[in-house]
Amino acid sequence: MTITLFIPCFVDALFPHAGISMVEILERLGHTVVCPEEIVCCGQPPFNSGYWDEARPVAAKVLEQLKDAEIVVIGSGSCGAMVKRFYPELFANTPQAETAKKIAARTWEFSDFLVTKLGVTDLGAWFPHKVTFHDGCHGLRELGIKKSPRTLLGHVQGLQLIEMSEAETCCGFGGTFAAKFPMISTAMGDVKCASAAETGAEYVVSNDSSCLMHLQGLLSRQGKPMKTIHLAEVLNHK
Amino acid sequence: MSAFATQFLKQARVMAADLRHRRIIRSALGNYEIARDKGNASFQDWQGARQLAAQTKWEAINHLDKYLEQFVAKIEARGTKVHWASTGDRAREIILQIVRDKKAHSIIKSKAMTAEEIHLNDTLEEAGLTVVENDLGEFIVQLRHEAPYHIVFPSMHLTRGEISRLFESELGSAPTNDPEELTMIARRVLREKYLTADIGITGANFAIAETGMVSITENEGNARLTAALPKTMITLMGIEKVLPRLDDLALFLPMLATMGTGQQLTCYNTLYGGPRQPGESDGPEEWHIVLLDNHRTELLADAEQRDALHCIRCGACLNVCPIFRNVGGHTYGTTYSGPIGSVITPHLRGLLDWKHLSNASSLCGACTETCPVKIDLHHHLLQNRRNAAKLKPSFFERLAYKMFGFIVNRPALWIIAKKFGRWGQPLQNLVKGSALDPAKAWTQTRDLPKLAQESFKDWWRNRK
Repeated sequence: MTITLFIPCFVDALFPHAGISMVEILERLGHTVVCPEEIVCCGQPPFNSGYWDEARPVAAKVLEQLKDAEIVVIGSGSCGAMVKRFYPELFANTPQAETAKKIAARTWEFSDFLVTKLGVTDLGAWFPHKVTFHDGCHGLRELGIKKSPRTLLGHVQGLQLIEMSEAETCCGFGGTFAAKFPMISTAMGDVKCASAAETGAEYVVSNDSSCLMHLQGLLSRQGKPMKTIHLAEVLNHK
Repeated sequence: MSAFATQFLKQARVMAADLRHRRIIRSALGNYEIARDKGNASFQDWQGARQLAAQTKWEAINHLDKYLEQFVAKIEARGTKVHWASTGDRAREIILQIVRDKKAHSIIKSKAMTAEEIHLNDTLEEAGLTVVENDLGEFIVQLRHEAPYHIVFPSMHLTRGEISRLFESELGSAPTNDPEELTMIARRVLREKYLTADIGITGANFAIAETGMVSITENEGNARLTAALPKTMITLMGIEKVLPRLDDLALFLPMLATMGTGQQLTCYNTLYGGPRQPGESDGPEEWHIVLLDNHRTELLADAEQRDALHCIRCGACLNVCPIFRNVGGHTYGTTYSGPIGSVITPHLRGLLDWKHLSNASSLCGACTETCPVKIDLHHHLLQNRRNAAKLKPSFFERLAYKMFGFIVNRPALWIIAKKFGRWGQPLQNLVKGSALDPAKAWTQTRDLPKLAQESFKDWWRNRK
């Protein structure tokens, strides 16, 4: 099938390898991937800050670009939640309400797309490391994705998944929250990092680069050896 | 920024870095979580129970007029006097009037968050009365001249040692680390107070419309004594406490216990149907119920957030909230803290003064996931942000988002922005974390990832 891949703005600018891995995986599975140049951001920063009027033009551009897409895959639980869960709310009672609902229904988060939609669980990956998985809040609670990433990790050769006690606790990123309330955000991140470290894992894996950016920022600053890596990169590792 | 917001930021900065506080709260809540999970598991179908509770509360709140009138008619028929207080001021006046009519001097009071909400103790004390809190946790924070730290566990931020030292200095007791002995010290002091009190004041957990009864849940028997011993009893309750049927308690009592404290059932659950009736041997001679609105009807009028009135004040959302766990209850500066406090305080006390609480959230949704009556808490925080931005947008924030939207909607500008970022990042690195760093809010405690030399979009274009 033809898959429209939505690479979020921060993945584009900061974590291209996560996006590249998604393209390579989907193409290896025999699908055609298209990646509209025109789509940059889902509009979540202004939306989450309450500036819905400023978020709408950004989201409208996305709707316009995706309106003919058969399947949309997003490489982030958070941006996925924006499109699937919040676009219908943002465009309620506007002429785009129907389009928003239609696109929301066709949109998938990357790991959930592989497991639930395609029924693929084994990508033939090899990643000989101890890892722990961080559930990004939006993917977990807005989209209800818990099992899919674990199913995929379960089939990676050499990988040992050790669950941390705080797997479902927020990492403290929260978008602009991290900059508006840095002290709380940092405390939350410290709690998360401590829980991840308790497992003895070498890597924190997640399906959301934004959470990983926060955790990696703390780990690097504190000189901790643990690393973060996006699920797609693990699944694309041979 | 409101004075409340400034105070919140100041206090949050201190508390978030207070590792001792973090350890105490995490340890207390760790025990709670184990007990709560066991409690949840003893329900045959916990998610079904939540659904039923939400529906029951929906029915009660959406027909509040009918159920309140039914409750009042039934309970008045047995001689209870019901007072309607539209504001906190009015409730305080009503209670002061009762106190004056009774020529009361001393008051014993069991736990009531509504009393905290309207600062009732301050009013009574200013009028020359002695008010003694008799819930152990409330007794402790009262001795410290502090507000309750948590709506269910008022003194959870204190260690046994701190409580012992407090009792030593305030009550003259001998130091002890034994929780039972600490309880006995409080009990000895409190027993005296019950016997001499002229009036007992209580809160309420549920009001049953069908039978005209007030249900009070507690673990220490203190509310029962408050109701049984003084000649006059006053119950202060929010109008949202009403439940349609007596049978509803079969769900709500174990649910409140499980989510509140992790118990299967709280030790004492008492239904009060009226003052002492002819032939009865105990109970107050007079019972006054003060029904408090205090902006609740305004919340009722807000169709989007009306479900916040479902709240049974179990505190479960506070317990799972990573913000609450890191900044603590007092930092909020409100009667109701944690997610439910952040949602309703703007309605009770003004959006512009209290919007910062809705911003101080990563919108993680742990609160919504745990809420036994399914209040859409974290989405209400988002709605509060939207309403605040509409009511009084920040000039700079709006401008920033307009510019952001202008750039991301024009891919050519986005490419230029990334280029500028790549040039600028080494410069920013030179001042990383300092006052000159435009990203200092982030970089004071965290490293920023390096902008990729080849972005995903570059790669995509190059391979084509």
